[in-house]
Amino acid sequence: MKQYINQGSNDTRSGFGDGLTELGRTNPNVVALCADLIGSLKMQDFIDENPERFFQIGIAEANMMGIAAGLTIGGKIPFTGTFANFSTGRVYDQIRQSIAYSGKNVKICASHAGITLGEDGATHQILEDIGMMKMLPGMTVINTCDYNQTKAATLAIADFEGPVYLRFGRPKVANFTTPELGFEIGKGILLNPGNDVTIVATGHLVWEALQAAEELEANGISAEVINIHTIKPLDEEIILNSVKKTGCLVSAEEHNYLGGLGETISGLLGLKLPTPMEMVATQDTFGESGTPAQLMTKYGLDKSAIIQKVHQVIKRK
Amino acid sequence: MPAQGLLLKENLIMSDISALENISTQVRRDILRMVHKVNSGHPGGSLGCVEYFVSLFFNTMDIKVPFDMNGENEDLFFLSNGHISPVFYSVLARKGYFPVEELNTFRLIDSRLQGHPTTHEGLPGIRVASGSLGQGLSVAIGAAQSKKLNNDPKTVFVLMGDGELQEGQNWEALMYAAAKGVDNIIATVDLNGKQIDGTTDDVLHMGDVAEKFKAFGWDVLTLKEGNNVEKIIATLATAKSKLGRQKPIVILMETEMGNGVDFMMHTHAWHGKAPNDEQLENALAQNIETLGDY
Repeated sequence: MKQYINQGSNDTRSGFGDGLTELGRTNPNVVALCADLIGSLKMQDFIDENPERFFQIGIAEANMMGIAAGLTIGGKIPFTGTFANFSTGRVYDQIRQSIAYSGKNVKICASHAGITLGEDGATHQILEDIGMMKMLPGMTVINTCDYNQTKAATLAIADFEGPVYLRFGRPKVANFTTPELGFEIGKGILLNPGNDVTIVATGHLVWEALQAAEELEANGISAEVINIHTIKPLDEEIILNSVKKTGCLVSAEEHNYLGGLGETISGLLGLKLPTPMEMVATQDTFGESGTPAQLMTKYGLDKSAIIQKVHQVIKRK
Repeated sequence: MPAQGLLLKENLIMSDISALENISTQVRRDILRMVHKVNSGHPGGSLGCVEYFVSLFFNTMDIKVPFDMNGENEDLFFLSNGHISPVFYSVLARKGYFPVEELNTFRLIDSRLQGHPTTHEGLPGIRVASGSLGQGLSVAIGAAQSKKLNNDPKTVFVLMGDGELQEGQNWEALMYAAAKGVDNIIATVDLNGKQIDGTTDDVLHMGDVAEKFKAFGWDVLTLKEGNNVEKIIATLATAKSKLGRQKPIVILMETEMGNGVDFMMHTHAWHGKAPNDEQLENALAQNIETLGDY
């Protein structure tokens, strides 16, 4: 088992904020927009250093998406910042028409995704956003797993031409990825080689998957762990090559099983290589108030849920 | 008349009002023939805005042909109420952005001239898709702010429908543009008083539109004769003289839906309906060919 060390827990949104700050210094075309959530999105450093390149839109997300689309005309690279809920469902049609269909180079950066937003409850949590965004033709969808990866993704999408949905979270989580793992849009990362089962995880569930793999190994089960940070376009090759070896797969994500990473993978396997598969995801439900840890346990989004699904899927081989 | 028009095609003198009126007549013919051919599209609102489009594209705006998406150091135009695509397409073609013959493909399979304007098929002259209403003003404001960042002194123009003001996003955009002093934009609202289900007063009375814009911090100009080329040009010139004063500018332009075709005027019946063969013949007889049909 490859060892991954928590280099110090941090929130993924700080990875975004620090990435944006770096972009402010290195890429004069990058501009940032926010809908009254500067602190939550960790955008203050960028604003302090580049006040003329920041646009406070106020609580008006639809207008923010339109303005972002317009800013691309003239060569700007707009990064919008608000919660994932208000970045997607609230403004789906604005993204669809003014950004995606119009092919605009807008980076929709969405914090507080999933259930780990916690105490604010279901009005602010969103478990449907990956589905909405991946359905849009031409939209790239990325869900990062820790601080380092989120910062790397923020830098990478500035150099990528086209609309991107970048999804990250609120709580402090283990920061364990290293520069050597790299970050390439559309390229999965093999975190741990194994032979008995493939675990494909995205976002906050990646650390849980590594913990699960460690425990499984202690019980004689060799789990291959793959991090899919780019849900669309999907790195099909890394998944197909893995299940050819292991013969079964468990997906893990902080999202509804409908529309998420698991659904994307099940579509791939169903079409190209039918393979027993189980999903760790929410079961077509809204969230609720609670601490992130309580919610992850209650909604079956943690290490033990992954282990349970691994045992189930291995029996189906 | 046709001979003079054909001469104009080669040597347009755009300050000449009669030349602009000749173009307008041809654009009306283009609109009628486009929607008739595919028996679909929106002639009413298109005809109502012919003089505005012709004045903008052939007189007021400083624009470059061929098309460049970023539009640096040129004026930009955005159409928010995308359903009046026929007038937009005709004027773009007549201006030289694409061959006028392509107007023949309006709404047909594999065409760049989609029912509603889009960048997706690469049609020169279009900078954003529109059709789902209420989004164009935000995009235009973004483009205006991009120009400011680029120290580009040119102006952004945007046209909206009046029924479209019922969409809430417009009011987010109005509040924002005033708060941020976006003063390199000239918006125009096509006040034809009609929408699909009837008059705007009947469908959802909007009260005093001018007072609403003023209350939102906009500099408001009213144009009572929105189908009069001379008056449109004069109002656009007044609007331009108010640029750079920390206030966004709007022209409330009263137009007659279906203008130039007697049986299409004073009714909302032709919002989204094409003329039949006989009606087309009647309508074209009222608008004699000036620049040559496509």
